[in-house]
Amino acid sequence: MSATPEPFLGVVDHTPVRHHILSVLVENKAGVLARIAGLFARRGFNIYSLAVAPAESGARFSRVTIVVDAESAPLEQIVGQLDKLVNVVAISDISPKDALERELLIATIKTDVDNRTSLLDIIANAGAAIVDVDAKSVTVMLAGTPGGCDELERALESFAEVELHRTGRVALPRLGKTASA
Amino acid sequence: MQLTGAQALIKSLEQQGVEVVFGLPGGAILPVYDPLIDSSIRHILVRHEQGAGHMAEGYALATGRPGVAMVTSGPGATNIVTPIGNAHMDSTPLVVITGQVASGSIGTDAFQECDITGITMGITKHNFLVKSAQEIPRAVAAAFHLATTGRPGPVLIDVPKDVTQSMMDWWYPSTIEEYDLPGYRPEAPLDENAIARAVALIDVAERPVLYVGGGTLKSRASAELLAFAERTKMPVVTTLMARGAFPDSHEQHLGMPGMHGMYTAVTAIQKCDLLISLGARFDDRVTGKIPAFAAGAKVIHVDIDKAEFNKVRHADVAVQSNVAAALLAFDAASATPRNLDAWWKQIRAWQERYPLVYEEPSTDGLLRPQHVIQAIAAKAEPGTIIASGVGQHQMWASQFWKFEEPGTWINSGGAGTMGFGVPSAIGAKVGRPERTVWCIDGDGCFQMTAQELVTARAEGIPIKVAILNNAYLGMVRQWQEMFYEERYSEVYLSADLPDYVKWAEAMGCVGLRATNLKEMHDVIEEANKINDVPVVIDFRTDSSEKVFPMVAAGASNDDIMVHPLQRGVAK
Ligand SMILES: Cc1ncc(C[n+]2csc(CCOP(=O)(O)OP(=O)(O)O)c2C)c(N)n1
Ligand SMILES: [Mg+2]
Repeated sequence: MSATPEPFLGVVDHTPVRHHILSVLVENKAGVLARIAGLFARRGFNIYSLAVAPAESGARFSRVTIVVDAESAPLEQIVGQLDKLVNVVAISDISPKDALERELLIATIKTDVDNRTSLLDIIANAGAAIVDVDAKSVTVMLAGTPGGCDELERALESFAEVELHRTGRVALPRLGKTASA
Repeated sequence: MQLTGAQALIKSLEQQGVEVVFGLPGGAILPVYDPLIDSSIRHILVRHEQGAGHMAEGYALATGRPGVAMVTSGPGATNIVTPIGNAHMDSTPLVVITGQVASGSIGTDAFQECDITGITMGITKHNFLVKSAQEIPRAVAAAFHLATTGRPGPVLIDVPKDVTQSMMDWWYPSTIEEYDLPGYRPEAPLDENAIARAVALIDVAERPVLYVGGGTLKSRASAELLAFAERTKMPVVTTLMARGAFPDSHEQHLGMPGMHGMYTAVTAIQKCDLLISLGARFDDRVTGKIPAFAAGAKVIHVDIDKAEFNKVRHADVAVQSNVAAALLAFDAASATPRNLDAWWKQIRAWQERYPLVYEEPSTDGLLRPQHVIQAIAAKAEPGTIIASGVGQHQMWASQFWKFEEPGTWINSGGAGTMGFGVPSAIGAKVGRPERTVWCIDGDGCFQMTAQELVTARAEGIPIKVAILNNAYLGMVRQWQEMFYEERYSEVYLSADLPDYVKWAEAMGCVGLRATNLKEMHDVIEEANKINDVPVVIDFRTDSSEKVFPMVAAGASNDDIMVHPLQRGVAK
């Protein structure tokens, strides 16, 4: 089974089903990411992706969105151990089926006259936007579902020279669903 | 009031009621050693920073108060990593203060710089790098709060030299809010529903066992445990970390479970229908092969740390609580198992068949280590504190000493740190000077930290050390004998090198030796008369002695090996 497909794209999320999204509010202190990464490493928990940014207006807290592999360890263990980190303030666990997940992809693609049209098709299909252009290349961005980003990434594989970056996902519960704390 | 950061640090320790700090100075911590001269706090100058850490642990285990150690940056800090790791494994409350190079030099590979907060991230409950002198009181108050509440553990405070040298306006946090720990919630409200489900399981149990772990001591729940056990008549086992939580002399006590546990304690767990874990963590040294551990039992798991639930063993009911509160709640609900007569009859039969035994001591040959321990015990005042190293001697001490009260067994459990014995005994004696403190040590362990006897002599800390000198890294030898076809690899130490008596004397201690039964009794008597300086006794013991019972690593507890003297007796 997959996460719920996004209706406007109709694509399937290829992340393994057992992934879980932990939205972790942490104190914005030196070393806090190392504490989280170190904990996952020493306990053998796998991370698919990790995104971090300041939360709220002040600089006091950050939000770390971690997509964890719940095959590598029971989710209860991962949450329990994470919660023991003193700098971790709150953890909400959003199950993939209740999650609205989004991710940002940007890519610069070298093009020539021959393949520019097909690139423009791909961009239009994916609902991506062009953010920079010059004579030889195009930079596009897509803010979409992880599945949508996967799809675009695959479509761009036919181009010889692509530089592509993804942020890792952030997530909120769907309206009417709640995260378990 | 304006103070230097160093003065504020010492004053903060005074505010916390610290009476003693174990440590050794150096460049980065130098500023803090100056105001120490004018402080009421006693400082004990160790000979190696590992000693400071283990002393602080021994102090904490004997008194229930946090142990404090202070060392310099770089090698001073790395030398105390082993005790920090040890305290982390055993949930011992420690506050360790390390000097650090000046803030501006951090990250430049400055002289004696090391990233001690990075190094200890995985083996502390928490650590801090203090950024300004004004923050020192908060860091100290928070460190003590973290070390001593919830599941206790070691906390490290790293203080750069410029921070201790700069000025601050004295203040001290008066509320927990001021500690600024928004993510720290050490206690959860008792879950009434979980209690009700636990009570329901207890009420139908026919073969229950109370599996008592170190958390029972940490939550000072011995009185509640005694009351609960006596009311419900349930059998009790105490793990290596919980020795002393329930009196060994009590008829409901089956002793220690695990790899070298009592036959009856191990077997009662295997056959029980309800295992009530009280602050224990299903360590592999207790469970043996996990799928075979107490395979027919339901489990009630009481722990303050919810991450322990379902980590090793599925809990039918998990109660997040300190042990005392949970036991009181069980009592309040009058949780009572079924009639246990048949269960006790079975237990008594096991006890009768497989008591703890060892070979008869011979009058001419080498001493039996178990006999030495019993001989010391026979002449020891009640309340004597026992510390030990790690190895066979540790297992024999745990098996043959009779522990009657909390804080009398000072031992390295989760980490199994050789060399723990001598310094931890010193720390225990500092914390409880009115008690006699014996260290039951191995010859291998003694050689790892013996230099702290110089500290003990210099500081007037008269501990007694019994070296069970079997000339071997005995526990490793035992494994090589039993599991590696007697191929002994790098385990021989020699009984005579070093000369323990001369070494003791060189360190200002009394050195004694016993090679036969008569000498054994004589030296114990002599040692008991000495109360002003440390005493070291070199007991020459038989290296072929092995610790039994034994469950081989990874084997099922059903396959427990009893002492050879008991083999052939039908189970
Ligand atoms: C620091 C450390 N190194 C190695 C070990 C592995 N080890 C466990 S017991 C033991 C032998 C201990 O020898 P000794 O102190 O003489 O005690 P005995 O077993 O002979 O009573 C060793 C080497 C350990 N536990 N700790
Ligand atoms: Mg030995």
